Amino acid sequence: MTKTKEALYTAGQWRLAWIKFRRNKVALAAGVILALLYLTTLFCGFIAPYETDHRFAQRPFVPPQAIHLFSDQGFHWSPFVYGLKTVREPVTGRQLYEQDRTRIYPIRFFVRGDLHKFIGLSTRLHLFGIEAPPAEGIFLFGTDQQGRDLFSRTLYGGGVSLTIGLVGVFISVLLGAFLGVASGYFGGWFDELVQRTIEMLRAFPQIPLWMALSAAIPPDIDQLTTYFMITLILSFLGWTSLARIVRGKVLSLRNAEFILAAQLMGASHGRVIFRHLISGVMGEVIVIATIAVPTMILAESSLSFLNLGIRPPMTSWGVLLQEGRSLTTLYFHPWLLIPALFIVITVLCFNFLGDGFRDAADPYSE
Amino acid sequence: MLHYILRRLLRMIPTLIVISIMSFTIIQLPPGDFFDSLQAQLAESESKADQEAFDALREQYHLDQPIWKQYLHWVGGCLQGDFGYSFEWRRPVSELIGERLGLTFLLSFGALIFMWCIAIPIGVYSACHRLSLGDYILTFIAFIGLCIPGFVIALIAMYVSVFWLGGSAGGLFSYEYQYAPWSLARVWDLLKHLWIPVVVIGAAGTATMMRLMRTSMLDVLDEPYITTARAKGLAERWVVYKYAVRVAINPMISVLGMQIPQLVSGSIIVAIVLGLPTTGPLFYRALETQDMYLAGTFLMLLAIMLLLGNLMADILLAWADPRIHLD
Repeated sequence: MTKTKEALYTAGQWRLAWIKFRRNKVALAAGVILALLYLTTLFCGFIAPYETDHRFAQRPFVPPQAIHLFSDQGFHWSPFVYGLKTVREPVTGRQLYEQDRTRIYPIRFFVRGDLHKFIGLSTRLHLFGIEAPPAEGIFLFGTDQQGRDLFSRTLYGGGVSLTIGLVGVFISVLLGAFLGVASGYFGGWFDELVQRTIEMLRAFPQIPLWMALSAAIPPDIDQLTTYFMITLILSFLGWTSLARIVRGKVLSLRNAEFILAAQLMGASHGRVIFRHLISGVMGEVIVIATIAVPTMILAESSLSFLNLGIRPPMTSWGVLLQEGRSLTTLYFHPWLLIPALFIVITVLCFNFLGDGFRDAADPYSE
Repeated sequence: MLHYILRRLLRMIPTLIVISIMSFTIIQLPPGDFFDSLQAQLAESESKADQEAFDALREQYHLDQPIWKQYLHWVGGCLQGDFGYSFEWRRPVSELIGERLGLTFLLSFGALIFMWCIAIPIGVYSACHRLSLGDYILTFIAFIGLCIPGFVIALIAMYVSVFWLGGSAGGLFSYEYQYAPWSLARVWDLLKHLWIPVVVIGAAGTATMMRLMRTSMLDVLDEPYITTARAKGLAERWVVYKYAVRVAINPMISVLGMQIPQLVSGSIIVAIVLGLPTTGPLFYRALETQDMYLAGTFLMLLAIMLLLGNLMADILLAWADPRIHLD
C-alpha cells in the first residue's frame, strides 16, 4: 500500500469530506466567489467610492460609465473616465448624458472622499475614485433618480442582503438542531410538543405568513431592530424543516451501539448529545443550512421589494430593486436592475456550494 | 378508504382551531387598528375627524371589545359563512375574496398544467441522456430558473411583453374588456393575457419539478425490472414510457396535492408586480391598511387549502401506487 493510499484509508471523516469537496471544481469556484462577495461587503465602506446617501444633485439617472484606456490623445497608462455633459432630448425634454471628451478624469487609488466607518474607526480613505469637481463622479453602475451612485449602494445593500441570510440561518440552525436533537433523543411528551408546533407552523404557507409578520413590524423603530426582526421572522419558519431532518437522523442514531456504549460508560445526557449526536448530524446540518441561505436571501429581497422588509434609508438589494419597479424605469434606466444580478449570482453560488457539500458529506458517494 | 378520509378530516378540526387562532393573532399584531390609520389620514387632510363617530364604528365592528371576544365573534361568523367585513372596501370579505378566487384558481391551474407539460418530458429526457450536453444545458437552465427571484422574472416578462411583443403591461384584461360582461371575445382577451403570468408563476416550480423527475427517473432506470424489460428486447421507447415513467412519476403525484395551494401563495408577489386581479394584491393591500378581517380570512383560507392539499396528496398517491395502503 502506498503512502497516499494509507493516508486516505486512515483519514478522518472531515478530511475525507474535504478531499471529496476539493474535487468538485464548480462548488469550489462558487465558494471562492461567495468568499469574495462577503469580503467586499465587509470592506464596503472602503471599496465603495461614495457613501449611500451621497447625492449628485445634477446627475440623476446616469447610465453606467465606461472605463477607458484610449482617448483622442492616444494610450493612457492609468484607466480614466470622461466627464459628463447634460443634453436635453428634443421631444420629451428628458435629461440625457454625453461624454465630454475634453475632460479626462484618471482613476486614482487610495483617494480621500466621504467619511465612513471602517472597523470601528472613521476614515476618509477609499479604494478608488476620481479627482474632480464635486458635481462629477465615477458611476460604474450608473446612478438612481436622486443621483446616488448605484455601485456604492449595491455594495452597502449587499451588507444587509448577504448577512440576513447567514444570521437567519444561524438562528434557524441553533433552534432547529437543538430542538431536533432533543426531541429525537428524549422522545415522549417533549417530542410530541415539538412535532405539533412544527406541524402548526408549517400549516401556513411561507410567503403570506412572512408578509403578514413583516407587516406587523412597527414603522417607527430604528433600522437595526427592523433588521433583526426580519431575520427573526425568516428563521421563525426556517428552523422547522431542519428540526425534522435532524430528529429523523437522531432517531436512527439513538439506538446505535456507540451511543449505548457511551451511556453505559456513564456519560451524561449532555455529553451524549453534544459529543456524539451533534457531531453525528453535523454534516447534514451544514448541507441543509447552506441550501437554506439562498431561500432567506430571496425572501428578504422579495419582502423589501414589497416595502415589507428592510426600509430606506437602510439599503438592501431588494430595496434597490424597488426603484426599478415601474415600466418606464425598466425602459429608460435598465441599469437599476443590476442588483438583481447580484442576487442571482449569490443564490446560484450557494446552491452549487450546497450541492458540493452534500456530495462531500455523503460517505457513500463516489 | 372512505374511513381513512373521514378520520383525517376529523383530525383536522383541532388543527383548524389553532390555525384560526394563529391567523387572528398574527393579523392583530400591528399596533392600532384600521380606524386609527383612517383617523390619521383624515386628520392630515384637515377634514373633521369626529372621535365619537369613530368610537361608534369601533363599537359596530366590536373592535372595542377584548381580543378573545373579537376572535369568538369572527370565528362564529366564519362557521356560518360570514367572514367579517372589509373596512376599506366596505363590503363583506366573502364577496371580495369570492369574486377574485375564480381567476386565482384559473391562473394556478394554468401554471400547474404548464409546469407538468414542460417539466416531465424534460426530466425524462435529462435522465435518459444523463451527462450529455443536452442534460447539462437543461440542468443549468433549471438552476438559473431557481435562482432568479419571482418578482424579477415578472419584471423581465413585463418588459418583453410590452417592448418586444407589443402586448400589455400586466393585468389580465385589455382596457375595453376590464369591466365588460363575460363573452367569447372577453375569454379570448383573457387567454391572450394569461400566458405571461402563467409562465412567470410556473417558472420556479418547473425547475424544481424537472430536477425531481430527473432524480426519480434515474432511480427507476437502475431497477432490475428495467434491465429485465430491456433483456427481453423491448423497444427502448416502450421501456422508458411504459415501464419507467409510470413508476418514476409517483413522487410528482405526491406533490400534486400541495402544488395548487403553493402556487396560490407563491403567485402573490408576481400578481402584485403584474397588477393581476387575483387574491394576492388584495391580501397585500389589506396588510398595508390593517383591514384585518380580509387579511386574516385570506391567511386562514390558504392554511386550510394546504391542509386539504396534504390530504389530497396522500389519496392521490394511494390511487396511483398500488403498493400503498392507507387503512
